[in-house]
Amino acid sequence: MDLTKLSEQCSWRDLTEGMQIYEGGTSKQFKTGEWASIKPEFIADKCKQCLLCAPVCPDSAIPVKDSLRGEFDYDHCKGCGICVNACKFGAIVMEGVNK
Amino acid sequence: MAKRDRLSGNEAVAEALRQINPDVMPAFPITPSTEIPQYFSKFCANGQVDTEFIPVESEHSAMSAAIGAESAGARTVSATSSAGMAYMWEELYLASANRLPIALALVNRALSGPININCDHSDAMGARDAGWIQLFAETNQEAYDNMVQAYRIAEHKDVRLPIMICQDGFITSHAVQNITLMEDEEVRNFVGEYQPEQYLLNPNGTMAVGPYSVSNHYMEARRAQAEAMHNAKDVIKAVAEEFAAVTGRGVAWFEEYAMEDAELAIVLMGSAAGTAKDAVDNLRAAGKKVGLIKIRMFRPFPAEEIAEALKNVKAVALMDRTESFNDHNGPIGADVSTALFRAGKLCETINYVYGLGGRDVRVEDIEKVFADLEEAAANGTNDHYRYMGVRE
Repeated sequence: MDLTKLSEQCSWRDLTEGMQIYEGGTSKQFKTGEWASIKPEFIADKCKQCLLCAPVCPDSAIPVKDSLRGEFDYDHCKGCGICVNACKFGAIVMEGVNK
Repeated sequence: MAKRDRLSGNEAVAEALRQINPDVMPAFPITPSTEIPQYFSKFCANGQVDTEFIPVESEHSAMSAAIGAESAGARTVSATSSAGMAYMWEELYLASANRLPIALALVNRALSGPININCDHSDAMGARDAGWIQLFAETNQEAYDNMVQAYRIAEHKDVRLPIMICQDGFITSHAVQNITLMEDEEVRNFVGEYQPEQYLLNPNGTMAVGPYSVSNHYMEARRAQAEAMHNAKDVIKAVAEEFAAVTGRGVAWFEEYAMEDAELAIVLMGSAAGTAKDAVDNLRAAGKKVGLIKIRMFRPFPAEEIAEALKNVKAVALMDRTESFNDHNGPIGADVSTALFRAGKLCETINYVYGLGGRDVRVEDIEKVFADLEEAAANGTNDHYRYMGVRE
């Protein structure tokens, strides 16, 4: 699907019928991370790579590669803080979230 | 070969649906619904149709399930009435915005209160801006004919909008009339198979329905939807002509009755047209130049054509079977008046509220309306918004 058709400058004639989207995973293309006012911080030194954090993230914003989690994907992290609570080792901190 | 029968309006629509054999029917089978799901569920139980009948817990759920089924790629129908329709409100707008050609058999009945279950157009008129095509019927035959045509209109690639097939509560829905039915094969050939280009259960495609649209897109989305409603007008005409070629019945947008040289006219829709035709016949026999326009297609509204049909009248009564509570006019009053003004046609108009909550519409009531019009045409009037058939 040609997503340029959904640009902010497109004509009403260019929209898909009923605004339907004919492709999967298109949310990656929208930088919804800008909605966040505060963000979690990853402290790599404290991380044991237990990977309890990655599956609880509602936005898949904790990338996992070769069984290791990496830095947050701040383009999509909305700062919900759920990962802070999931981490047992104090490797994720966020302003306003106390454990 | 057509078949003669005698059916109530509910039976007639259920019979049309049996012949169409839709894929899914979600419906809430309790008053204020209609007998249509009751009759149709019997066809399901008897194996006469392949339809999946979903007995949902409310009309809100009925329309939600219809949206889900239609998105999945299933030809879907529901039926309701009155407060049941009101409970579908939120979903009606989603069905049209998501461009889902669902058919809804609506039996027009009053909205409470005071609590009332009888005929008027309050339910459909409240949904007139919901983005649904709305066709109205004078008789059981027309309700049947409109149902047979519904999917050809709604599913047309230039339209793709939901459609409401309206008939008057009790007056046609429960009254038994003579009717001519098409053969099953004839209906199935006319309606055809549903083959949507995009649908959720398509194994060869990915699709998301109903995404969020921010302010940068919402207005363009509405404009695109308005274009579909614009396109519906010509499609409704083409389908009506094709239907007439098969059956010899029907009009596309509205019926003109004794309008050729009419100086006084009434515009209305629904079952009251039959009564009004009697009144027109009586007055014509007495030498009065009176006529009737009966609207079949209310959404989209055939404004220019109605103005053209009224171009020679001296006074016209615009009849609304609903009260809009705006101290000004009703929906037909507003739409026809705007049409006349834009066409540069300035004649006396009187907007009547009539037939609320099942109030009888009598031939003499309509004759009195024509007498009022004659008076207004001769001397003008300042009383443009009136009630017909109310006790003063």
